[in-house]
Amino acid sequence: MSSPNQIDDPLDATTPSTRRAFLKAAGTTTAIALTIGFEWAGSARRAIATPAAPAAFAPNAFVRIGSDNSVTVISKHLEMGQGSYTGIATVLSDELDADWSLVRVESAPADAKRYANLAFGTMQGTGGSSAMANSWMQLRQAGARARAMLLSAAAAQWHVPAGQLSVRDSIIYHPDGKTQASFGSLVARAASLPVPEQVALKDAKNFKLIGRGQSPRVDVPAKCDGTAQFTLDFSLPGMLVALIRRSPRFGGKVKSFDASAATAIPGVVKVIEVPNGIAVVASGFWAAKQGREALKVEWDDSNAETRSSEAIMAEYRQLAEKPAASARKDGDAAKAMAGAARTISASYEFPYLAHAPMEPLDAVVKLTASSCEIWAGDQFQTVDQANAAHTAALDPQQVSIHTLYAGGSFGRRANAGSDYIVEAVSVAKAYGADGTPIKLQWTREDDIHGGLYRPMYFHKLEAGLNTSNELVGWRNVIVGQSILAGTPMAAMIQNGIDATSVEGAATIAYDIPNIDVELATTKTGVPVLWWRVVGSSHTTFAVEAFIDEVAHAAGQDPYEFRRKLLAKEPRMKAVLELAADKAGWSSGPMAKGKGRGIAVGEAFKTFVAQVAEVSVDESGQVRVDRVVCAVDCGTPINPDVITAQMEGGIGFGLGAVLYGAITLKDGHVEQDNFNSYRVLRLNEMPKVEVYIVPSTEAPTGVGEPGVAPLGPAVANAIFAATGKRIHVLPFPKTEAT
Amino acid sequence: MPTTFVLNGKPTTLDVDPTMPLLWALRESAGLTGTKFGCGMALCGACTVQLDGRAIRSCVTPIATVAGKQVTTIEGLQSAPGKAVQAAWIKLQVPQCGYCQSGQIMSATALLENNAAPTDADIDGAMSGNICRCATYGRIRAAIHDAAQAIKS
Repeated sequence: MSSPNQIDDPLDATTPSTRRAFLKAAGTTTAIALTIGFEWAGSARRAIATPAAPAAFAPNAFVRIGSDNSVTVISKHLEMGQGSYTGIATVLSDELDADWSLVRVESAPADAKRYANLAFGTMQGTGGSSAMANSWMQLRQAGARARAMLLSAAAAQWHVPAGQLSVRDSIIYHPDGKTQASFGSLVARAASLPVPEQVALKDAKNFKLIGRGQSPRVDVPAKCDGTAQFTLDFSLPGMLVALIRRSPRFGGKVKSFDASAATAIPGVVKVIEVPNGIAVVASGFWAAKQGREALKVEWDDSNAETRSSEAIMAEYRQLAEKPAASARKDGDAAKAMAGAARTISASYEFPYLAHAPMEPLDAVVKLTASSCEIWAGDQFQTVDQANAAHTAALDPQQVSIHTLYAGGSFGRRANAGSDYIVEAVSVAKAYGADGTPIKLQWTREDDIHGGLYRPMYFHKLEAGLNTSNELVGWRNVIVGQSILAGTPMAAMIQNGIDATSVEGAATIAYDIPNIDVELATTKTGVPVLWWRVVGSSHTTFAVEAFIDEVAHAAGQDPYEFRRKLLAKEPRMKAVLELAADKAGWSSGPMAKGKGRGIAVGEAFKTFVAQVAEVSVDESGQVRVDRVVCAVDCGTPINPDVITAQMEGGIGFGLGAVLYGAITLKDGHVEQDNFNSYRVLRLNEMPKVEVYIVPSTEAPTGVGEPGVAPLGPAVANAIFAATGKRIHVLPFPKTEAT
Repeated sequence: MPTTFVLNGKPTTLDVDPTMPLLWALRESAGLTGTKFGCGMALCGACTVQLDGRAIRSCVTPIATVAGKQVTTIEGLQSAPGKAVQAAWIKLQVPQCGYCQSGQIMSATALLENNAAPTDADIDGAMSGNICRCATYGRIRAAIHDAAQAIKS
């Protein structure tokens, strides 16, 4: 049942896209499959959406105003670094005319009824760079309605029409110019008023926080003094810590184990088998780790993946030569290619990538016969709630989730199987479901070995130029694993096409008369998952590296060549032009050993172009000196957060193309920790300049799109500097290290 | 076997396995959770604390080896450079996910306590052992310069 004061008409301001439509439908599918959409009985525990509470005014599920003037914004989205808490609070507080210094944010409970991601349909979760896009109108409405009720309360108190009052920084002013009332002084009266059905939203020119740079991040102070609470930091009295020994190969099962040495370690409380391996439950991390090292386990690999990644890629190369499912067909690419004056072809190979967030996966679970309480940096509340319930043999209503700060995720914490949540619940269940709080802790090695990687992909591209050097045909065959296959979202795979495998390639924006994009979906035993910017993490590289090769073959400037092909894509063209202009593209070739490369992409309806400048020394060592980035994400909400996400996306993307690769040898992952799974370090970070396109379009996300063009911009810059193209990622060690 | 040392200025005795890394003794026995676990192999710097004024990786430092010494964690950061670093971190809005930032701040503080005017090369040398997956590196560098300026003026 929805509360009478709940906003029931949240508007989804985003424009349709393949990805969003897919996720929306995916959410619906999940809802059916996992039985959600209930009023969680425990939701009142947090005292939100309880307008009758005397000390606070909570007109809707998203804001609570205290008699002490505090404004608490309830975030339905995980804060994993992308600035969602600040963005959400900015939007709501602007319409509320709240004093930013009084605004704080707390996380919403798991309750899809009130806190669904509108881009996902009926499912609560964070991903697809959708937090601001789906919340925009919902939170503006929530803030505006709360403001209207406070105005009505003041109007009633002063016996003046509400229209004659003004509001600034959480204070309502009487038209007499002297009398005023703080929000806090009005909460009791406001709470007794009906929620208005219609409220006017601000005209953009009247925004005081949105786009104004006046709302610094709400989470930064606590992240500078050690007080920000991550799951790693959360504990309960009597809590135990569990580590799990998992199969060294994907799909391996426990054949037998000997726990005698492990149980002899002081502090080890129990050693128990769980579906995913053997759990060592101990008084603390160190005892659990020593216990795990002392375990003796024999594995049954009869159903395990035992191939090497190189063998898998060899299969992909062959599959690219065979007919595959059509993801896009404009005109007749084969005919265009046959009639072309010249054809160009290239292939690109992409490895498995681990997300490797700084906080290894962890979750705290308190399980009894009738309840399951979870504390985690939870990214997929509705799915996690359903999977936890299934594991514990409870109803989803009996599972509560407290979402804490996540120490990064990059997609890892949002997975259909809720792997780390299910493991934690499994341990608590095997322990006896007696209410003992248990923290499941992964180590870095568990994380690097743990699967759910960005899939390995092979791209084969062909292009045809006519006698005027115009691009007349484009063919892109993509080979790789589906992220959705084998999950409750598999129903979204239509005609053999998982949209997450082809987005950015099937949606290529260049105006080419004949386009053919095909997908061969493969199966391996290696579990895969979305990784920051999802499909565009490989498709944008393939498209933008290849279009650069085609421009070169056509004897044209790679920027001008792209620009001409984007005549019908004004927003993408505009970011391309802005990046080129700010980077000084027209200043001509750089000095010997240096090069400039450009790339552009769209992801989640945000447009990003980047120009990279590199230096390559005589030994072939590459240094990225500077990246100029232009972004159009619609109405900019927090310009500094947008800038930070572009900077971070560039660093994340650069680490991946320079070093990122998970490889398998006979089914064993060859990387273990940050020594063998290299990521970008401070001394390798380029200077980054970010330019935000002014816009009044509805806002779109910034957490992921900045990653996509970075790799091809750098690869194209390396070509400009050296004449060498890169076709296999990560970049060759001789050039990159 | 108990280990006695000075933790954030206070004499402290922790009765834990002497081979237990300082990181886990701080977090689970002393209740100081600002110091983070990232790799367990001194590869990422998330666990950085100061030992007698030097930045060390607490995840590979057995607690027995700090007996009689001064350990400073993010919770006990009191020096002028430390305060300047924290202020610069807030001013330049450095953190994203924030998980690595205690370690970053401890490394940056140790740098500024020993070098009042670090060059970019000095910052590379002192800070490249601290990984930030959000890649806040540009802001870390700028904030260290900003803190150095603030201390000077």
